[in-house]
Amino acid sequence: MKEFKLKVFRYDPEKDERHHYETYTVDYRDGMTVLEALLWVFEKKDPSLAFRYSCREAICGSCAMYISGRYALACKVQVKNALEGDTVTVSPLPHMPVIKDLVVDQTKLWANYARVKPWLINDTPPPERERLQSPEDRAKYNMEIDCILCGSCFASCPSGANNEEYLGPHALVWASRFFHDTRDTADIERLEIVANEYGVFRCHTIFNCVEACPKHINPTDAIQRLKKAAMAYKLGLIKKK
Amino acid sequence: MRMKHRVAIVGGGLAGLRAAIAVYDGGVHDVAIVSQLPPVRSHSVAAAGGINGSLANHPDGKDDNWEKHAFDTIKGSDYLADQDAAEILAKEAVNVIVETEHWGCPYSRNPDGTIAQRPFGGAGFPRTCYAADKTGHALLHTLYQQVLKRGIKIYQEVLVLSLVRHEDRVVGAVVMDIVSGEIGTVQADAILMATGGAGKIYAHSTNNLLNTGLGMALAFWAGVPLKDMEFIQFHPTGLWGTNILMTEGCRGEGGYLVNNQGERFMARYAPKAMELGPRDIVARSILTEILEGRGFNQGGPGGGYVHLDLRHLGEAKINERLPEVREICKNFAGIDPVYEPIPVQPSQHYTMGGIDVNIHGAARLKGLYAAGECACVSVHGANRLGGNSLLDTIVWGKLSGQHMAQFVQDDPVKGSADRALADAQAQVEARIRELFTASGTEQEAVLRVELQENMFNNVGIFRDEDSLKAGLAKVRELRERYRNVKVRNTGRVYNMELIRAYELRGMIDVAEAIAAGALARKESRGSHARRDYPERDDANFLKHTLAFHTPEGVRLDYSPVTITRYQPQARKY
Repeated sequence: MKEFKLKVFRYDPEKDERHHYETYTVDYRDGMTVLEALLWVFEKKDPSLAFRYSCREAICGSCAMYISGRYALACKVQVKNALEGDTVTVSPLPHMPVIKDLVVDQTKLWANYARVKPWLINDTPPPERERLQSPEDRAKYNMEIDCILCGSCFASCPSGANNEEYLGPHALVWASRFFHDTRDTADIERLEIVANEYGVFRCHTIFNCVEACPKHINPTDAIQRLKKAAMAYKLGLIKKK
Repeated sequence: MRMKHRVAIVGGGLAGLRAAIAVYDGGVHDVAIVSQLPPVRSHSVAAAGGINGSLANHPDGKDDNWEKHAFDTIKGSDYLADQDAAEILAKEAVNVIVETEHWGCPYSRNPDGTIAQRPFGGAGFPRTCYAADKTGHALLHTLYQQVLKRGIKIYQEVLVLSLVRHEDRVVGAVVMDIVSGEIGTVQADAILMATGGAGKIYAHSTNNLLNTGLGMALAFWAGVPLKDMEFIQFHPTGLWGTNILMTEGCRGEGGYLVNNQGERFMARYAPKAMELGPRDIVARSILTEILEGRGFNQGGPGGGYVHLDLRHLGEAKINERLPEVREICKNFAGIDPVYEPIPVQPSQHYTMGGIDVNIHGAARLKGLYAAGECACVSVHGANRLGGNSLLDTIVWGKLSGQHMAQFVQDDPVKGSADRALADAQAQVEARIRELFTASGTEQEAVLRVELQENMFNNVGIFRDEDSLKAGLAKVRELRERYRNVKVRNTGRVYNMELIRAYELRGMIDVAEAIAAGALARKESRGSHARRDYPERDDANFLKHTLAFHTPEGVRLDYSPVTITRYQPQARKY
């Protein structure tokens, strides 16, 4: 393959009434990622293109997009794996307002994250050295801490699309992360936040988030574990630790 | 857009977040973070291997203490570190690491529940605390969470375009809201630069795509010297092709470096430390193997490489300790390190130099501070040890934040800075207009690549007078050609072309400081390896380089190195 087509969602709020797609013919290089293809277009063809990027190694979470029918990080997906015929189609993450081209307004993503009090809560005075935690206890939240807050799961979730107030898989993953950390003492406080129709009970186990997560996290699993605790709490079976 | 805070922190990586927390906890709640990125997107997130502190948790580390950490740091620096600063770094280490643990940082654990530590290059003991191979990610998210907990104001996707001086001090900055394109100002009694490194001045860098060194350039333009800029760290093991970092933790966990003869060639260069020699020595050893014909892909496209072999560690250990390395190799190189060796080549990694600051993080301009990779205290001297950069960010984030909290209470800006801010904004707007109206015979993307290749080839791992003169001449040529760079995208909203063109001017000026400092330093020390002056020359060059910006180009001066108790000696590993 010498070249391929990159079909890109375009919307310029200063010029356009509505969005359209523009198709660019891109020189292919073995191993080329979709992010590299976007940068190629920006540098060689169209400096008006807008998209977010930073680390280019799938750890910063900047470049989550909807690529040929999948939620993905543009830096992590190789062009050859995203081709449909001779074309890769790139759109912004859905369910968030488009600012320009592939850049979406993520205000809600960040705000919902903050709603679950995503910080360790433990009001007992800390020891002089580290709080001890066994490797087994550390493993209880090992999956959740891989989250990079890229927004793929949040964008992919139909429950969120139909409910403005739903926390979303990313925020619930972080609630689960602290809930399962033996150093954290705010179980009840967090269950109060998530044990309601805008929290874990709004998850209808559609599993889109599992497919969407570029870091192999299973948010649905994290949410169900939290849901179980939330049920127990609602039934009065969980009191303070 | 007119913002006013008592303290402004420029940059939302580890140093910036830690500083904001320290300012807030120091009683000054009106502190704001101004960052080009949402904080968790900052390049601190990509740090992998760990953070050094003499916790003495490892069975082989029971005799470790802060003095040994300080000595390793100073020896690693090839004696260019200020020893009082290195002592502070090592003394503070245990406390600041434990503090992040109390804040929830998910460190990996020993069976007894203490923080796990691994061996790292140039260190006498297993001293590097880690969270698998995602330590930067773990720390950055933890500090971001602490910033949220305190309700500290964050302006994200706001880029600082210039620092504003008024009388004898800094009073604010001109900024651009990237999303709206609006230009405005932020006024503050003190400003901390925490903008990270300048890796993207080089080709073949492990850095993210936004580390252009603009923060350093802003201070440089404001009259503050950059220190020791010629010391550029090349990481021994960038993934061949993409130069994504293959953490030093790979070798800390027991990985081998192997040439095309199947030899563990480090035996020739660092017979005792082997793969765990310091980065400058290991990087030069790899390049020497390649230059002498013992690499793979000799002369092929993308350059030669050697193998980083993890296979003998086994799948279980790789999955537990180095899961991200495995993931990156599968994704970006199509190989699985459980079954295949990893092709690696030395890659630009870190800027030891930076904005000249004292041990409080204060620059030579009242009210201006700097911390983290954009700053130079100096603790890393001519060569930084792996695991000391994360430590540097949180130690000097904290110390400079504490100092700023006191400073703004003792010495706030008196009178109005409005005029100075408005004038500075007008100057920035004029510069942006020039970018829109230039002749357009040159393109930002073309000049950027030429700069990067020039710096890697001429001001790279090995240097000599000819290469450095050629490198410097090329930088100056690029500055001339830069006048003809035209920004074609005239839109306001999310104008990436404008930002990149603006950054390029900073990259060129910082590159000049690097090349000029390297040409003038006629010795080899740490990462600065001159083929024409292969020995360290303490009689003439045991001193810091200071680069000042002038309208005619860079002007060099020097300042003494602080020696407390470790006299320079030959550096063997």
